[in-house]
Amino acid sequence: MTSPPKLLKLKTRIVTAIVVVANVLGNSFLSRGMQSVGALISLSPVPYIRALFNPWVAVGVTLLIVWLLSHMALLSWADLSYVLPVTSIAYVLVALVGRFLLHEQVSTARWVGITLIMIGVSLVGCTSPRTTVPHDREAQP
Amino acid sequence: MKWLLVTVIVLATTAGEVLQAIGMRRHGEIHDFRPGALGRVASTLARCRYILAAMVAMAVSFFAFMALVSMSELSFAVPVTAASYIIETLFAKYLLKEHIGRTRWTGVLLVACGVALLAFE
Repeated sequence: MTSPPKLLKLKTRIVTAIVVVANVLGNSFLSRGMQSVGALISLSPVPYIRALFNPWVAVGVTLLIVWLLSHMALLSWADLSYVLPVTSIAYVLVALVGRFLLHEQVSTARWVGITLIMIGVSLVGCTSPRTTVPHDREAQP
Repeated sequence: MKWLLVTVIVLATTAGEVLQAIGMRRHGEIHDFRPGALGRVASTLARCRYILAAMVAMAVSFFAFMALVSMSELSFAVPVTAASYIIETLFAKYLLKEHIGRTRWTGVLLVACGVALLAFE
């Protein structure tokens, strides 16, 4: 059983939005937390586990778990070569978070990069999310 | 140290995402998003070798990323790890046999150029 194209596109858009938002917020929280924890250079798991108790890190990790699960759900029907570029809109959002929330300097080259990513993402977004025969349909000819 | 971590992240993410894609394709499309149905999906996936291997790879990638953001800025760490994406697109084409048409290739290349500008300017 596979969804008709229209439903497939809608479902893809919604789950992609969850993947992207969870990724951007998760990474931002993790980064904010790790800056207060301080540099981690260790092969022992103890300092990493201790870092997980930092509240920023804990929220970041929770969001990254949401990211992982929604990413897996998306891959259950969409191509990897579709998911990768489309979820790269997260790079743009990270730059915007840096510029407007963390007041980082964003150079002209960086804005050009952001624009290229947005054009690329919208091109890939126009293609069909799935180009292979679904596994469940493959099994029953 | 920074570049060693970047290498570990890129290799582990590539392995993790390609394995996730293989495992999820074997599982088939998720239709039902109610909690009970999602629980059944989770218990099926917990027995899939590809998904278990993917989780190990993603855990390695996560802890290396945690170490990387503890010593460098987010605006460096996030774009630089996108290097995995070119390798993964090649895996998608040759291993997962996805059909990447001209529009999608153009988009992928534009995104790659954009990410490179963010990472190395």
